[in-house]
Amino acid sequence: MESVLGRYRNLIILVGVLFLQVLGLAVQVKTGAERETRLIRLWAVGMITPFERGLVWVQDSTGNLWHNYFYLRGVRAENRQLKDQIEQMRLEQVRLSEDAAQAHRLQTLLAFKEQFVSKTVAAQVIGTSGSDLSRIVYIDKGENAGIKPDMAVITADGVVGKVLLAGTNEARVLLISDQTSGVGAILEKSRLQGVLRGTANGEIVLERVMSDEQVQPGEAVLTSGGDQIFPKGLRVGTVTNVANGKDLFLNITIKPAANLGKLEEVLVLTEKQEREAVTEDNGRVRAADILAQRLPSVPEKPAGDAAAAGTTEGVSKPGTGTGTANATSKPSGTGANPQAGVLKSAAAPNAPTAKVTPKTASLSTPSIATQKPKPVNTQTETKPQSAQAQTSTDPSIVEQKPAPPAAQPEPPPQDNSPQ
Amino acid sequence: MPITYTSGEQVEVYRFSLPVTIGVPLVALIVQAYIPKYVPGFAVYVDLPLLVTIFFAMARRNPIAGLFTGAIIGLAQDMLGHNLIGIYGIAKTVVGYGASSLGVKLDLENAGARLLVTLGFYLVHSAVYFTVARALVNMTQHWSWPHGILAGLVNGLIGVLLYFMLDRFKQRT
Repeated sequence: MESVLGRYRNLIILVGVLFLQVLGLAVQVKTGAERETRLIRLWAVGMITPFERGLVWVQDSTGNLWHNYFYLRGVRAENRQLKDQIEQMRLEQVRLSEDAAQAHRLQTLLAFKEQFVSKTVAAQVIGTSGSDLSRIVYIDKGENAGIKPDMAVITADGVVGKVLLAGTNEARVLLISDQTSGVGAILEKSRLQGVLRGTANGEIVLERVMSDEQVQPGEAVLTSGGDQIFPKGLRVGTVTNVANGKDLFLNITIKPAANLGKLEEVLVLTEKQEREAVTEDNGRVRAADILAQRLPSVPEKPAGDAAAAGTTEGVSKPGTGTGTANATSKPSGTGANPQAGVLKSAAAPNAPTAKVTPKTASLSTPSIATQKPKPVNTQTETKPQSAQAQTSTDPSIVEQKPAPPAAQPEPPPQDNSPQ
Repeated sequence: MPITYTSGEQVEVYRFSLPVTIGVPLVALIVQAYIPKYVPGFAVYVDLPLLVTIFFAMARRNPIAGLFTGAIIGLAQDMLGHNLIGIYGIAKTVVGYGASSLGVKLDLENAGARLLVTLGFYLVHSAVYFTVARALVNMTQHWSWPHGILAGLVNGLIGVLLYFMLDRFKQRT
């Protein structure tokens, strides 16, 4: 017996070591790997990351020395180019802010809940797992910086992944290209939803899109917010290939927007809030008002016709001397400067102004006021809480009725306002 | 390509100092984790911890030492990833045992032999990993011969250079 053990000693030890590891695997499979091995992994990461942090520091220092002191060629040209770019982006920003304000108004109308990123922590990537079978990176911030598992990690280009494990001063981030990752995604144009997953060879595919749907390469993919990790609307990538997959689903390959192979700095979304969409001034706007803005305006009637027909909207009657000012019934908008209490007609610069209270002013943007000039010749002050002014059931929408002018021979239009 | 068959008495058995025994695998793990940050394909084609395992196992020519070296390096590599701990451990245990057993039989001091042995053990390592990952853990894995051979050759070339560098740390017993 002893001779057999001695003869096969090496083999027996090999089998024993392999058996122990297989046993360990079985325990992890049964009980959940992350929970059981959390401490061991943290310990291992804690051993490696100080060295990696040091390497990153040395590399950054060397790089900074080179870039800041020696390699300054072309800085002037680059500076000029960047300034031009800033000017262009400012123009773009103006346009986008208008769009955003409009989107907010619509969200308010529909009582949409919106998620927004309220706090992020910038972190530096200091290493990887070193294996193509485990696509994770390490960042140099951990629990001390408020980072917790399942927080979203992004760059300016797009989504990177989520925090898998957070140590004291480092965290492990699972990339979206890993096999075990999953991101709720939506195609930007076709609005088809699916689940984004990594594959064994490092590609990213969008699953669960039916094969009878039309998806074009080049279409952008955004987060859908359905996974409760990534806020809705973050850029994920672009469709590069569409093919028929298995089980009636399309096999859509995605090129990630963020360069997952060369990550340096990332942002961890440490806080996101969900709230109802609100406009800047909290004013309520009717859908009709917004639609009215989009419809072509009706040209002003001639003075005589208008005077003959009378008005129930307080439309001004040039030449009649009624001097009414319409504060509400004309297309109005939100997002106006609350301090813009005075609206002045651009078409009639000499015309008297209509002073409105801030609440009313919030419904009328200066730009709208210039689009629809009202040649009023008296000065009218609207008071939203005024009993005579209230005709709408909406308290925020004030309809100003013209006061009977002294020069007006006809009685004013029918006044439905409460007495 | 001379791969000399030697008897157990003819082969040289080496040992390493404690700093080298601990430091070299640690450096291999750190470099393996660091370089893919800048060279994404590095982790796909190069496995430095495997090369270190093969080197130590072949130099010591002791199967038990080889399998434990492989097991420890493999488990450490598992801990740095997010997959179950033990998959790399099992694969490198087998490689460590195999390399040291082969080292007992063959004199693997020349570059050609080292290239072939590294290529062979890379394929063994991949095969064991593939089997364990699919059969025991139910991970999705795809086997590709072209990728395996190409990665094996890349590892072999890097291994030849690395082994000659690490030869300086060898101490005769």
